Amino acid sequence: MTDPTLISLEDVGKVFPMNSSLLRFMRGLPQSRVNALNGVTFEIRRGETVGIVGESGCGKSTLARCLVRLHDCDSGRIRFEGNDIAELEGANRRQFNRRVQMIFQDPYSSLNPRMRVRQILAEALSVHRMRPKAEIPARIAELLDTVRLPSDAADKFPHEFSGGQRQRIGIARALAVEPEVLVADELVSALDVSVQAQVVNLLLRLQTELGLTVVFVAHDLRLVRHISHRVVVMYLGRVVEIGPTERIFSAAAHPYTQALLAAAPEMDPRHRNTKPAARGELPSPLNLPPGCAFNTRCPLATGRCFTERPELRATEYGHMAACHLVDAHAVSA
Amino acid sequence: MTFALSLRGQRRKTRARRIPVSLIVGGAMLAIQLLLAVFPSVFAPYAPDSFDYNALMQPPSLAHLFGTDNFGRDVLSRVIHAYSVDMQIAFFATVLPFLFGTSIGAVIGYTGGLAETIFGRLVDAIITFPFLVLVIAIVAVLGPGLNNMYIAVGVVDWVFYARLAVAEVKVQKRLDYAEAGRAMGYSPARIVFRHLMPNIITPLIVYWMTDMALAILLGSSLGYLGLGAQPPIAEWGVQIADAKNFMGTAWWMSVFPGVAIVVAGLSFSLTGDGVAEKMRTRR
Repeated sequence: MTDPTLISLEDVGKVFPMNSSLLRFMRGLPQSRVNALNGVTFEIRRGETVGIVGESGCGKSTLARCLVRLHDCDSGRIRFEGNDIAELEGANRRQFNRRVQMIFQDPYSSLNPRMRVRQILAEALSVHRMRPKAEIPARIAELLDTVRLPSDAADKFPHEFSGGQRQRIGIARALAVEPEVLVADELVSALDVSVQAQVVNLLLRLQTELGLTVVFVAHDLRLVRHISHRVVVMYLGRVVEIGPTERIFSAAAHPYTQALLAAAPEMDPRHRNTKPAARGELPSPLNLPPGCAFNTRCPLATGRCFTERPELRATEYGHMAACHLVDAHAVSA
Repeated sequence: MTFALSLRGQRRKTRARRIPVSLIVGGAMLAIQLLLAVFPSVFAPYAPDSFDYNALMQPPSLAHLFGTDNFGRDVLSRVIHAYSVDMQIAFFATVLPFLFGTSIGAVIGYTGGLAETIFGRLVDAIITFPFLVLVIAIVAVLGPGLNNMYIAVGVVDWVFYARLAVAEVKVQKRLDYAEAGRAMGYSPARIVFRHLMPNIITPLIVYWMTDMALAILLGSSLGYLGLGAQPPIAEWGVQIADAKNFMGTAWWMSVFPGVAIVVAGLSFSLTGDGVAEKMRTRR
């Protein structure tokens, strides 16, 4: 129990094969594959909030799905309390499923439209035998109260709620089984800005009250800065920078992180930045460029960046970044 | 007070809209026909098989509203008694294919992989043959009669339900609520039958309604060909077969059973449409 590491990812890779076409087959080309995750290695400590950021298509959601075993990773392993989650079976697997819960991005499809809120919560409670049958109604009322929904919500269908309310039902469903880890995949990106704050604050309050470990996948940097202890920046299926939130935001070492931060909208017009932060588009994940994956867009790329892939290494500020320029000298922000 | 009244009026309006007209009409027609099917002797003026040699092939009159056939049997009474047989055909020929096809299709769609490939080939093989030809072939092997007809239909018909269920499940299983079930650690059986089934069942019920209409048509066709219900049982197809030699001289012998087939088919279709509208998922 003293081990602070709850989940560790070791060189996790995930590949999605594309449908092969007859033409490719006749030309003798191999089936094309999307490399969604490439050698992702980091740790999640008990009780912390880890923010995972990156552009669309960088593998954030795939990573979240691997963490709850909706996907099995193709290489490397994910350990939960030291046990490889791919090897969990039977009762251990059920325990894992109970202790690590996921909250989904789209509140309009993550709840079964044919089930009342009461059925959704009661099912989670009874399948995992969280409460004896007689205590289930009381527990449902308690859960609804925890996520600040009125008690008469129990007998309604999901379509009778707004997006923010549905997302709170999703949180209540996850909390029903008293998990230790919540993986929130784009928790609020489908919600109105005014509702986002409510849901995020609810998550923060629950985390302190219940001592949850939270993996917060998002593309909204301000949000991630607000709630995370540590931040993992991903680019094309790789971790490019990882460290304590304030370090990342004040002393980003990787040019990609700097570009992301520069691209974030600025409230103050005097500080508005008109210079584009990263040139060009994301390269196709079907054929990743050799060397550093960011070399096609990096303003600082040198010859070495096109031949040799940089590994994660410590920066002078004490966090980790995968960039050749880091050990040469600190990249000026 | 007026405010409350207008509110109440509005509520009534929305509720009325929630039961579609097609369901009301189709359901009412179906209810009347079921009543005829369960209590035919209450409504039929004559016994279905009582010969009356003094009234052969009488045109419609007050004594015989639908006329009489070549044995002097009352056509109206025979049409009414045929409801028992034809409604039975509609239900029993389709209920097992519906239940079995839907379940197996849902499982195949959820499992995917090899099971789905094999099933796809089976579907291809079966839909290559016209349905009627296949059923006639099977009945010809088993021998004519209603029970063998149910078997013949059942052997082929489940495939159509299963195909529909596979397609629906493949869509639904990708949605987040199904993924949420997996992330919760629910068993595949629970996800397929408790979570996905209520969301795929509507088009299957609608298809079932249509299929019952088709089954009546099929039952009558086989009855006409002498492979389904056997004379002297009153059944619309058998009646039309009896009447085919008198088409020019005694139109009432074939027209009224024919109309009964059309009306039965129409009421199933209307009910199916109504059910579809009523059960449309609200998101």
